[in-house]
Amino acid sequence: MAETIQSTTNSKTSAAAGQAEGNFVARFFRATEIDTRMLGMIGALLIIWVGFHILTGGLFLTPRNLWNLSVQTASVAVMATGMVLVIVTRNIDLSVGSILGFTGMIMGVMQARLLPELLGFDHPAIWIVALAGGLIVGALIGTLQGVIIAFLGVPSFIVTLGGLLIWRGATWFVTSGQTVAPMDVNFRLMGGGTEGSIGATWSWVVGIIACLAIIAAIINARRQRKRFSFPRRPVWAEYVLVALGCIVVLGAVWIANQYYWPIAIARRYAEANNIAWPEGGLLISQGIAIPVLMAIAVGIVMTFIATRLRFGRYVFAIGGNPEAAELAGIKTRWVTVKIFALMGMLCAIAAAISTARLNAATNAQGELDELYTIAAAVIGGTSLAGGMGSIAGAMLGALVMQSLQSGMVLLGIDSPFQRIVVGMVLVTAVWLDTVYRSRAK
Amino acid sequence: MTEQNTPLVEMKNISISFGGIHAVENASVDLFPGEVVALLGHNGAGKSTLIKILSGAYKRDNGDIMINGETADIRNPRDAKKYGIETIYQTLAVADNVDAAANLYLGRELQTKWGTLDDVAMEASTREVMGRLNPNFKRFKEPVKALSGGQRQSVAIARAILFDARILIMDEPTAALGPQETAQVGDLIKQLKREGIGIFLISHDIHDVFDLADRVFVMKNGKVVGHARTEDVTKDEVLGMIILGKVPPGATPGPGAMKVV
Repeated sequence: MAETIQSTTNSKTSAAAGQAEGNFVARFFRATEIDTRMLGMIGALLIIWVGFHILTGGLFLTPRNLWNLSVQTASVAVMATGMVLVIVTRNIDLSVGSILGFTGMIMGVMQARLLPELLGFDHPAIWIVALAGGLIVGALIGTLQGVIIAFLGVPSFIVTLGGLLIWRGATWFVTSGQTVAPMDVNFRLMGGGTEGSIGATWSWVVGIIACLAIIAAIINARRQRKRFSFPRRPVWAEYVLVALGCIVVLGAVWIANQYYWPIAIARRYAEANNIAWPEGGLLISQGIAIPVLMAIAVGIVMTFIATRLRFGRYVFAIGGNPEAAELAGIKTRWVTVKIFALMGMLCAIAAAISTARLNAATNAQGELDELYTIAAAVIGGTSLAGGMGSIAGAMLGALVMQSLQSGMVLLGIDSPFQRIVVGMVLVTAVWLDTVYRSRAK
Repeated sequence: MTEQNTPLVEMKNISISFGGIHAVENASVDLFPGEVVALLGHNGAGKSTLIKILSGAYKRDNGDIMINGETADIRNPRDAKKYGIETIYQTLAVADNVDAAANLYLGRELQTKWGTLDDVAMEASTREVMGRLNPNFKRFKEPVKALSGGQRQSVAIARAILFDARILIMDEPTAALGPQETAQVGDLIKQLKREGIGIFLISHDIHDVFDLADRVFVMKNGKVVGHARTEDVTKDEVLGMIILGKVPPGATPGPGAMKVV
C-alpha cells in the first residue's frame, strides 16, 4: 500500500518535471514543500497576465492596471473566503450577491439619511456605526438562512436560492428602488481611490511587517518541528521560501507605489498645500489601497479560523464525513449556522467595499457576485464534494477571475462575450482540477 | 461473572422502531467491569441498532439504561461520552480528509491558553497512543484516507481508548482487517479487559468473538434469543441460537427464544 502511493507520487512529479533536470526540480519542490497545486494556479495567473499584456500592447502589466485589479478583486475575494467554508461543508450559498446588495443599501441609508440626522452631517462616527449596522444585518440574515438549513433541513441550495430573490427584492424595498448617494467621507476610504490608499511610506511599513511575519512564521514552524523531532526542511529551502515571500510582498508594495495620483488631483493638492508645481509633475504614490488591506486582513483572519480554531477543524471534519463528525459529538448544526452567519458578515464587508468604491448604494449592487464568488472558491481548489479547500486559494481564484474580466475590458471585448469566456474558464478549471486530483490519488 | 457486583451497563427492555418496523423489541443486556460480552446475530438482527442506542446515535422509544446501577440519560453521542462510553463503529466513522491526530481528538480538541488548537500537543499524544497500539504506524501527517484498512482501524481504536473509556463498544471491529491485524485487535481486547474496561463486541461471525468473549447475547429479529457464559455452551449451540433461535440448556432464554411446542 505504502509503496504504491510512494511510486505514484514519484512518477507523477518526475513526469511533470521532465527527465534529466527532473531530479533537481522534484527535489526542490520536495524540500520547500511548495504545494504544486497552488503553484499551478500562480502559473496560470502569470500566463493570463502576460498573455493580456501582449494582447493589449503593454496595457495590462502596468502599476495602474495592477493597482486597479487589486481593488476590484477585494470585494469578491472577501466573500470567497467565506464561500470556502460553506462549500467545504457540502453546502452552497447563492444569496451572497443579494446579501451584499441588501447590506450595502442598509449601510447607505444609514449613513446618507438616518445617521446625519442623529449625529450631524460628517460626524466622525458615522462610518463605523454604518459598518457595524451592516455587519449585524449580514450576520442576522446568515443566521436565519443557516437555521433554516441546519434545523429545518431545507437544502442550502434552495434556501439561498430563495435568499437570492428575497434579499434582492428587499434591497429594492428599502428605498423603493432609489439609488442612495453620496457616502460618508470616512466610509468612502474603504473603497480605495486616491484618498483611500495609505501612501508610499505606510505601504513600505506594511510590506516590511509582512516580511518580518514571514520570517517569524518560518522560524517558528522550524522550531516546533524540531521540538517534536518531525522532519524539517533543509536550511537552504527555508532561505528560498523567505526570499520568495519577501520578494513577492515588497514587489507588490513597489508596484502599488509606482502608481501615482492623477494629475488633476495632485495639482489641486499642490495648490491647497502651497507646493510649487514641479517640472515633471508632482508624483505622489497611491500605495496599497485600503480595500486591499481589508481583504488581506480578512484572508488572514479566515485562515486563522479555518486552520487554528476548533470551529475550522469541525468545518473540515463535517465536510470529510458528516456522520463521523456527528458521532464524534460535534454539534454539526450549530457549526452550519455559524458558517452562514460568518458568510453574511463577510457579505457586509464586501458590501462596504463595493458601496464605498461606487460612492453609492444601488439596487443592482452585487448582482452575479454569487457566481463569481463560487467560481473563485472552486477555481481556488475548493472541492464541491466537500472537505477540501483553502482560503488563500479562493482569494487567488478571485484574482484570476478579476484578471480575466479586467483583461477583456482592456481588449474591448463585449460584455456578453466576456461572460462566455468566464463561463468556459470556470468549467475548464474544474475539469483540470478533477484530472489533477484523480492523478494525485 | 461476578454476580454480586452491580453491572457496569444494564440496558433494560429497550425498544426502538423505525417507521413501524420494530428494529429492537424489549431487549435487555448487561455488562460487568472487565468483561467482554459478545452480541451475536445475523445482519439485521438489531444488534447494531441496540448498541447505537447505548452510544447515543439513536434515541430509544422505550426502556432504561443504567450505568453503575444509576439511570443514565443518553440522548446523543456527547452524553454517552460523558459516561465513558466509547464506540468503534463498523463504518469506522473517521473524517478521512484530516490526519490521525485530528481524528483522535475530533470533538475534544486540546486548546492552547489562547483558545487555538494545540496541534503539537495533540500530535505528541497521538504518537504515544499509536505507538502503544500499532508501533509500525508512521504516517501522522497524512489524511486518514491515505491509510490502509488496518491503519484506519487502529486510528478508530486509538480514538476510543484515548479518553479513558470505561465502556467500549466495538461494532464488527475486525471486519476490515487481515488475519494479523485481527490478532492484534484480539490482544488489545485482552489488554483492555485487564484494565477493567467493559467491552461489547458485536459480530455476525461467531468465530471472530467466541474465544474472546466471557458471555454471549444472541439476537434475532430484534429480540434477544438468550444469553450464556461461553464456558457453558458450545459454538454449535450458539450457532443454533443465531440461526434457529433455539436455546440450549446452558443458556438463559430471552423474549426472542423459539417457543418449545
